[in-house]
Amino acid sequence: MGTADFVEIVVKSLVIIWALLTGFAYMTWFERRVIARLQSRVGPNRVGPSGLLQPLADGVKLMFKEDIVPAEADRALYLLAPLVAVVPAIMAFAIVPVGPSVTLFGRTIPLHLADMNIALLYFLGLGSLGVYGVVLAGWASNNKYALLGGLRASAQMISYELAMGLAVLSVVMLAGSLSLVDIVNAQAGGRWFILLQPVAFLIFLVTMIAETKRAPFDLPEAEQELVAGFHTEYSGMKFALFFMGEYIAMIAISGVAVSLFLGGWRGPFAEQVPILGVLYFFVKLVAFLFFFVWLRATLPRLRYDRLMHLGWKVLLPLSLANVVVTALAVVARDTGFFGLW
Amino acid sequence: MTAEQVVFVLAAVVTLGSALGMVTTRSVFVGALWMIAVFGGVAALFILLGAGFLGIVQILVYIGAIAVLILFAIMLTPRVMGDPNAPRYNRQWPLVAVMASALASLLVALVLRTDWPLAQEGAPTITGFAVELGKGFMTTYILPFEVASVLLLVALIGAIVIAREE
Amino acid sequence: MSSVPLSWYLIVAALLFSIGAYGALARRNAIGILMGIELMLNAVNINLVAFWRYIEVTGLAGQLFAVIVITVAAAEAAVALALILAIYRTRDTVNVEEIDLLKW
Repeated sequence: MGTADFVEIVVKSLVIIWALLTGFAYMTWFERRVIARLQSRVGPNRVGPSGLLQPLADGVKLMFKEDIVPAEADRALYLLAPLVAVVPAIMAFAIVPVGPSVTLFGRTIPLHLADMNIALLYFLGLGSLGVYGVVLAGWASNNKYALLGGLRASAQMISYELAMGLAVLSVVMLAGSLSLVDIVNAQAGGRWFILLQPVAFLIFLVTMIAETKRAPFDLPEAEQELVAGFHTEYSGMKFALFFMGEYIAMIAISGVAVSLFLGGWRGPFAEQVPILGVLYFFVKLVAFLFFFVWLRATLPRLRYDRLMHLGWKVLLPLSLANVVVTALAVVARDTGFFGLW
Repeated sequence: MTAEQVVFVLAAVVTLGSALGMVTTRSVFVGALWMIAVFGGVAALFILLGAGFLGIVQILVYIGAIAVLILFAIMLTPRVMGDPNAPRYNRQWPLVAVMASALASLLVALVLRTDWPLAQEGAPTITGFAVELGKGFMTTYILPFEVASVLLLVALIGAIVIAREE
Repeated sequence: MSSVPLSWYLIVAALLFSIGAYGALARRNAIGILMGIELMLNAVNINLVAFWRYIEVTGLAGQLFAVIVITVAAAEAAVALALILAIYRTRDTVNVEEIDLLKW
């Protein structure tokens, strides 16, 4: 690995981290504005034009908040938990291709940080690490509400990860690769996998909301029952870090969903004009994020037993059946059984 | 020391240090967290050995599922797990410590005395190994694969039956 | 060839196995025992993968059996935790020394 490669990786990592942090800041603004519209309110509009400086004001406010550590808390774990919540979410974005290769300063630079041949396993692995932030926070706070939130989160995320993995698996079987770059390439020419795998797409859609603990699956932090669940005891920047983890996880998981089902950066003329590819990717990503917000404003929270019922008795069998059908179809395609493909 | 040796020593220190932390800590919850660090260290060793696929599977299954299950069980029983005065060890722990040290010395001595039939030069190609593994499971090694599947199914049903409230 | 000799991996695995055995035999808490067993299984896996890498790198068996060991570990953890929860519910303890109903 030459110096140039090293510089490229460092620059790309910094750009990704910067983009995710900015994305997080403006996601909070976006969410508050959109929910306000859906509820016939105005939303934050005082700080800067259309309230665009609101995230900055919020950040300053949170930074100057008193930072409280409960006397009975396990101090080291209490400090560690917010970090554990953020880092896997940021790392997950490394595998998402945001555009075709561009030529810059005479170098061909692919617009993704890492093209691993086990990228999706990496993504699922990081998803399972994400639960630890919540579990650690729940235990370390030494608070009953927090502990219940941590318990709910771990049960929920384990249950929905299975169905998510199986939904991803059906796409992997069609594309014949675990690399997101290959999967996006397999969707060239508008053959988006949402058309071939509508069931897997729906399952992924439900599980990605559950994995990010967003409404209507926000039981780990259900205000009415658990105060604020796992982050009841947190304040100031540590509280903000939990939010950062949740929002960045939303962005990253949406990026993966776009690459898996909506053709990633692909669209008309994206190959010739790379910037169009990035634009397409961004538009699709925002569509997913809007969907997240829309759902939160629309649906009431599920009851806990309904949540488990949905995960284990509906989504899991459905995704298993989908995998079997897909496997049969792939075998038929590869052996020319139908002569249709 | 080469870079690979440095990485190896780091991973080994994390693995063994966390393992010691796991068996000596008083709180079971903190012990489980040390165990997660051990799993991470072992995953790093796998990746260092050129088994990247297995390293990710290690993280996915051990850290993502088994460790979460263990933490879940600890959190479900906070009355006994959170008790700071509960004794760590049973009565025979000094005996066990002697035995474990003896076992360790015996194993290390054996490892050092044996003349291992080292083969094959060159690193394996990681690219495509997952595919090879999948094909292996479906052809030559289909019997162990099926046995493992049945075992998983039986364990799944057994766990539900045992843990179910009457 | 790699600059790390095979014996280093085997020594790490041997030490890990011994530490795990100590945890499994000395702990009073049933979950502590389970965690010790998981360490021992991990040590076995290090050996399997190390042998695969240094002795049988063209074959699949080493990694394949490591995958099966991981499967067995997952099954074992699920059943063991179910047992522990069932005992906790009826006896209100997870201390293996107090679970002695069948002792004469």
